[in-house]
Amino acid sequence: MAKSNKPIIWGTFAAGGTLTAFVTPVLMVLTLLAATGHLPEMLGYDKLHAFAAGWFGKLVIFVILFLSLWSQAHRLRCTFYDFGARADTLVAITVYALAGVGSIATLVYLARL
Amino acid sequence: MSRRPYVREVPRTTWFFKHPRYMRYMAREVTCIFIGIYTVILLVGLARLSEGPAQYEGFLEALRQPGSVLFHLLALAFSLYNTFTWFNVAPKALPVQVGDEHWPDSVVSGGHYVVWVGLSLFIRFWAGVL
Repeated sequence: MAKSNKPIIWGTFAAGGTLTAFVTPVLMVLTLLAATGHLPEMLGYDKLHAFAAGWFGKLVIFVILFLSLWSQAHRLRCTFYDFGARADTLVAITVYALAGVGSIATLVYLARL
Repeated sequence: MSRRPYVREVPRTTWFFKHPRYMRYMAREVTCIFIGIYTVILLVGLARLSEGPAQYEGFLEALRQPGSVLFHLLALAFSLYNTFTWFNVAPKALPVQVGDEHWPDSVVSGGHYVVWVGLSLFIRFWAGVL
């Protein structure tokens, strides 16, 4: 059987695409409210810290950031190609490396909470 | 001796201006730039949250810059476009077959929209905004 990393990469794309479709707009609305000076109660330091310090909050934050990073990295790879930057191997290594660094950073920050 | 197949000339960087369908495809593809940058903003927020109240306050202060508000508006528009395109192809990606019949496309994508609205309202409620 041919070995390919495609199912893994595409799996995170499908899961991440679904996740970003469902939750990213409402998250943007919440931070937009914060940006316009109407800070949602939950985004205050005390409440958000309490949420993110619990195991459930950590899991939610990790899943959202991990899947967003990997799905958008994959789509960014295709977008580079579509705009005429066809050094696909270089682009792929770069975007997936960024997603990997972001995933590890997420774990480190969550561990420090 | 090699075969010389006909290769149609396609302009590398401007091909998508040739047809509205290609433009819609590219609009969907570039949503990843906005959602990607937004994900990095969330990651920075998480970093500041882990560093302490003063650092997190600095992050909120940075969010209130005019450029940040403008970015949020643009990103929200692209993100909504991503959501609509995702739900509209859902019947192709997740066809639901019961017996010999497939559920109509409108039921599958409609179901996604209903769940999306419900989930968004729930998250707003959880965040203390309604």
